[in-house]
Amino acid sequence: MSLDPALPGAAPERRFLRLALANRSFLIGCAITLMIAGMALLSFFWTPYDITNLTVADRLKGLSSSHLLGTDHLGRDILSMIMIGARNSIAVAIVAVVIGMGIGVPLGAWAAARGGLVDEVLMRFNDLVFAFPALLSAIMITAIFGPGALNAIIAIGIFNVPVFARVARAGALSIWPREFTLAARAAGKSKALITIEHILPNITALLLVQGTIQFALGILAEAGLSYLGLGAQPPMPSWGRMLFEAQTRMIVAPHLAIFPGLAIVVTVLGLNLLGDGLRDLLDPRLRRQR
Amino acid sequence: MKTIKSIIGGAALLLATGTAVFAARTDLVVGVVLEPPHLDPTASAAAAIDEIVYANVFQGLTRVGRNGEVVPSLAESWDVSDDGKVYTFKLHKGVTFHDGSAFDAEDVKFSLDRARAEDSTNAQKQLFTAIDTVEVVDPATVKVTLKAPQGSFLYNMGWGDAVMVAPETADANKENPIGTGPFKFDSWAKGSAVKLTKNPDYWGNAAGLDKAEFRIIPDAAAAIPALLSGDVQAFPQMPAGDALAQIESDPRFTVKIGATEGETLLSINNGKEPFNDIKVRQAIAHALNRDEIVAGNGSGYGTPIGTHFSPANEAYVDLTGTYPYDPAKAKALLSEAGYPDGFTATLKLPPPPYARQGGEVVASQLRQVGINLEIIPVEWAQWLEQVFKNKDFDLTIISHTEPNDINIYARDDYYFDYNNPAFKEVMNTLEATADPAKRIELYKTAQKIIAEDAVNGFLFQLPKIGVWDAQLQGLWENSPIQANDLTEVRWAD
Repeated sequence: MSLDPALPGAAPERRFLRLALANRSFLIGCAITLMIAGMALLSFFWTPYDITNLTVADRLKGLSSSHLLGTDHLGRDILSMIMIGARNSIAVAIVAVVIGMGIGVPLGAWAAARGGLVDEVLMRFNDLVFAFPALLSAIMITAIFGPGALNAIIAIGIFNVPVFARVARAGALSIWPREFTLAARAAGKSKALITIEHILPNITALLLVQGTIQFALGILAEAGLSYLGLGAQPPMPSWGRMLFEAQTRMIVAPHLAIFPGLAIVVTVLGLNLLGDGLRDLLDPRLRRQR
Repeated sequence: MKTIKSIIGGAALLLATGTAVFAARTDLVVGVVLEPPHLDPTASAAAAIDEIVYANVFQGLTRVGRNGEVVPSLAESWDVSDDGKVYTFKLHKGVTFHDGSAFDAEDVKFSLDRARAEDSTNAQKQLFTAIDTVEVVDPATVKVTLKAPQGSFLYNMGWGDAVMVAPETADANKENPIGTGPFKFDSWAKGSAVKLTKNPDYWGNAAGLDKAEFRIIPDAAAAIPALLSGDVQAFPQMPAGDALAQIESDPRFTVKIGATEGETLLSINNGKEPFNDIKVRQAIAHALNRDEIVAGNGSGYGTPIGTHFSPANEAYVDLTGTYPYDPAKAKALLSEAGYPDGFTATLKLPPPPYARQGGEVVASQLRQVGINLEIIPVEWAQWLEQVFKNKDFDLTIISHTEPNDINIYARDDYYFDYNNPAFKEVMNTLEATADPAKRIELYKTAQKIIAEDAVNGFLFQLPKIGVWDAQLQGLWENSPIQANDLTEVRWAD
């Protein structure tokens, strides 16, 4: 379950690269993720149209050479909206993962290191947070603090915390009985130091895989919150709100719903493939089965 | 043999249900966008109240009909003295309130005195300011003496704010409205629906429906499926958006685009910086492209207006050219006002689509001239509290659906905080003028003053997008007053 320091092989980097190139889901996932990320980055410098300038006369236009994906009910270019929306989705999901990791991993590692009452209390509290359906608690948080991208980030970040805490704790517990940690303890190192020097490096792979999964879930959650009007506020475009606005116009202009929907599906699919691929690559036991 | 039997059985069943269908339906579910804050029309300006109870539950001495005409209601007739100051109303006999108590002249005196009292919470107290005294002559006769002749007095008495209430029940009308109308209040499931039932003891022509429900459906996403599935059979003001074309082509439904008295405004907080500077308000006016706002308002219908007056009114002046769309001019005016780089402000948007969607168009247009608006969507109750009551806003979009309500610009402490003595003078003169030609002139002057002061961004006259089941008869096409009058509504046989 870990990158063992005693992994055999003379040049582990090259070996990893060779395996990576042979892993189809990793490659496809990587390509999709890079494409979406590239699109989001590009939107900072260039979009086909300026979406803050509404040209209502061009509303609900279908697909054409001037508007590749058509225009929405206020005459905005949908491709430009999706590009900028990608920025919003990715930013929310990444920051939420960072929040989840930043709080969850130290908590989980601490619980594993200390055991006993600390472990009990932390993990039961964790269960409590975990027991709430994630989207419901996100709705609760935005209902209290008001809608907006920042509150959506906090809400999604909070429901990431128990996930990372569990993964970190489970991973850490499997490392603690290993010989090298026992050796480090025998050498008189503190638990905190051992956690930093030995435990965390050995659960990085696990966390990375979980990170991509939570990233995909974050994008879904953001879309869900925006759909309910609790995410990024207009005029900032977001995929979820595009779907909401498309809902009543589905028969008149189906492209309004199709493209943001596709954007969400493709992104989440890409991230899941990437996560699967990463898990295969980083898990030595699975590797041996190939 | 078995199949034949079941076919015959099926046919018999069809026949049986078929005959049952021949009796016309007597229930109706009406979809409304906004939930009323309470159900007492004499204690709030919210149109959502009148749109449920007016003419259905509560009635006044007179009433406003479907074409805006004033017709008798609880008063069957009246005499006006030669000097135009004394109105003697003859009341209908045998009228009872829904709690069984009799309606008579004492109730009229109580209702009018209550509405015009010093501590009255009536939202339209100006309707009653002309009244000097109200006297009970006998149980079926009331004499109202005015301080001065008032041309619009009978019309004023037809407003929802002037309905008749009983002394015993008046204070409880907010939750349990007791009126004299053809429908009784049944129940109110907050957030969901208000139910009315037929009043069996009604004094006039009985209603054609046994049950009427007003269901609160705030958005198009819910309204369209509710209509298509038949859960809701009528939307007097449907938030249909672009799906309207689809509904229009469906023979099951009638679509009527009518007129309302709703001036849709970009309301400006005139008392607050920087909007207290007329140059800033003129800049906003020059930045607004009304045609584009109408196209993006969620329905695509609506007549552009340049002042606070209904284009259907004979006194209307087209002032849309006062500050024509001219972004360059707007920028220049902002520079003159001391904002060469523009400024930021908030735009609070209540739930109706004309506000939420039109708001995005308005924000985009103002951004072109350097005014960056932060859009804040607010729920209806929040809007009433924050914007209308506490003036806690910069800009907002709202439709003023009261008829003939230009006098709100003369009110002290109104939410957009406009204060112009010259305008108040015109309104005072108007109050005291009975000559129709002179009144029209005064109305025109009033329209010009507020247009030139650019008090608010005058956007468009709200259309009434009525959609209902094609079998349904008697709903209003236009909305000359805030009402969804169900008294003549029935299903075709």
